Amino acid sequence: MSAVLADMPKTGTSKTVVPASTKAIAPSKGGRPWTFYVLATLFAAYVIALYGPMFCIYILSFQDIRGGLVFPMKGQSLHWFVDLFTQVRTGDVKGSFDRSIKLAVIVTIITVVVSFLAGLGFRKRFRGDTFVFYVMIGSLVAPGLVLGLGTGLLFQALGLNASWYTSALGAQLSWTLPFGVLVMFAVMSRFNHAWEEAAYDLGASRWQSIRLVMIPVLAPGLVAVALFGFTLSYDEFARSLQTAGSLNTLPLEIWSMTLNVTSPSLYALGTVTTIVSFIVIGASLGTIVLIQKKRGSQAKG
Amino acid sequence: MKSDRGDIELAGVCKSFDGVTNVVDGVNLRIDDGAYCCFIGPSGCGKTTILRMIAGHEDPTAGEIVIGGQNVVGLAPVQRRTAMMFQSYALFPHLTVRENIAFALRVRGQSKADRLRAADAMIEKVRLTQFADRLPAQLSGGQQQRVALARAAITEPRVLLLDEPLSALDEQLRVQMRQELRRMQQELGITFIHVTHTQLEAIALADLVVVMEQGKIKQAGAARDVYAHPHDRYVAEFMGGQNVLSGRVEKVNGASFTLGVPSGIEVPLQARPTVNVGDQVDIAVRRDDVALVRPGRDLPPGYTTSLPSRVLAIEYQGYFVKVMLDTVPDDEFVAYVPEKTFFADPFTVGDVVMATWATGSALPLA
Repeated sequence: MSAVLADMPKTGTSKTVVPASTKAIAPSKGGRPWTFYVLATLFAAYVIALYGPMFCIYILSFQDIRGGLVFPMKGQSLHWFVDLFTQVRTGDVKGSFDRSIKLAVIVTIITVVVSFLAGLGFRKRFRGDTFVFYVMIGSLVAPGLVLGLGTGLLFQALGLNASWYTSALGAQLSWTLPFGVLVMFAVMSRFNHAWEEAAYDLGASRWQSIRLVMIPVLAPGLVAVALFGFTLSYDEFARSLQTAGSLNTLPLEIWSMTLNVTSPSLYALGTVTTIVSFIVIGASLGTIVLIQKKRGSQAKG
Repeated sequence: MKSDRGDIELAGVCKSFDGVTNVVDGVNLRIDDGAYCCFIGPSGCGKTTILRMIAGHEDPTAGEIVIGGQNVVGLAPVQRRTAMMFQSYALFPHLTVRENIAFALRVRGQSKADRLRAADAMIEKVRLTQFADRLPAQLSGGQQQRVALARAAITEPRVLLLDEPLSALDEQLRVQMRQELRRMQQELGITFIHVTHTQLEAIALADLVVVMEQGKIKQAGAARDVYAHPHDRYVAEFMGGQNVLSGRVEKVNGASFTLGVPSGIEVPLQARPTVNVGDQVDIAVRRDDVALVRPGRDLPPGYTTSLPSRVLAIEYQGYFVKVMLDTVPDDEFVAYVPEKTFFADPFTVGDVVMATWATGSALPLA
């Protein structure tokens, strides 16, 4: 900021500027139209409707051993969190959590790589590009449950065992890839192709121009694609249901728990998974901020 | 054997993107080593395509591009030893000024210390030392242009190609950066090829002005030649400063001929080889060669042609006054009257005046 100020011409008249003039620039407090209050109320209601149900779950997960599935709260403790990870009767939470994270990471990596390559591929128009695009987007429209069912049937017909790292991975990619590609297209649309030409003009090879120009410039967008891939996979239910095989992913495990677990440990699980989601989102946004900060600090004169 | 000369020869260069129409249509041109050459024409005339073909960003459909005696078609920009300054500069947004300028050395594999030292020397040359650690987004348009210039120049090219380099700047800065371009060109001692659609820019900068229309060169020559002696109506109208009149030849008398419409204009033959009675001919008269005299007054000596006209509009331009007249029915006719002359006896809109000029001022066009 100081560098910007240094740019401004120093004028001898600066002394004569009186601070009173700022009064006119600052918005007056009483001047908000009535529509502001209507819209603010609407927004508040929206936020409550969005987060209220989730907060019920979070609050109820902190009951003590007497706790039940409905309000009112009975005591406060971390009992049900301990219960969640120690009791076998609640289900294989740890194992399914493990699988879900691993699967999400694999999906993320494949989504980022393929979306980036698709972004590169679609820089120029080619024969049949519209067709390829619609075929890709088509699987977004297909109902997830049906697609999962189909994938499961296909594996059966081919005599393959369905498992979370084969059939479920494929079924999830049919969902995350088109999303990733769409996000990538939006990111690429702001990429100035003259940068690539400039790199070529200055003697960079294709690989150098990708490594030194494209990837760094697109980095925040790639993080966004990764975030999409991860979250879509982490809470994917419909496509995993018929394709995960004998070992459940976390959403499937939660679902089966809703059928046979009748204790607040179910809510504790909800709280834990939410925390994990927030960590992932926080880490992604943090990375984007860090990239921008790094550029800013490099640039400090 | 690589040559350091930056003379360029375009021989029958054609470019077609769709295989049907030629965007560049059989261009032949010689540009001397160390010349400042401006390509000028309306948008879509193929000037940028020529630039990009010389730079190695497009391949010609036909023809040869020879730089320093070597046919460079198919070579990469670095092998051609050309460098391009892109329209709106295309500075890498994630790299600082220093890193932007050092980029070419980085991809060549120079050590970090070496390339930053070289970049700093170049930064000093373009007077950006205090901005070396800034990102492009934190620079003004003029500063960005200097970074772009330095980034291109660090590759030690023998030809620098500039694609509308001044179009992103405001008027005042444009004039200032124009001078800076010329200074850098002289300092580097290399060939500059500059694409523009601004006539003033071209004639202020260039040793060689190339006027283009629809993929063809209409005229190429020194700035003063192109401005004062346009070949044809297109060049005259595009470069400006000329009134173009059209008429039928009434009489051919030795070294001059007389144009019938609107009425008896005597035109010296000059370079035009033959003119026959009855030919439809275009002529040009410089706007600043036209004098305006009130009807009935004596014409200045040597001023043979005088056409009655009505004043349509008057624009004050500072050191001259632009007077628009209805001298010829279909074409614009304008006189640039020096400010002092005009205000000694000012006209108003609707006045009838005689537009007059010396015989030698009329120029026959092809």
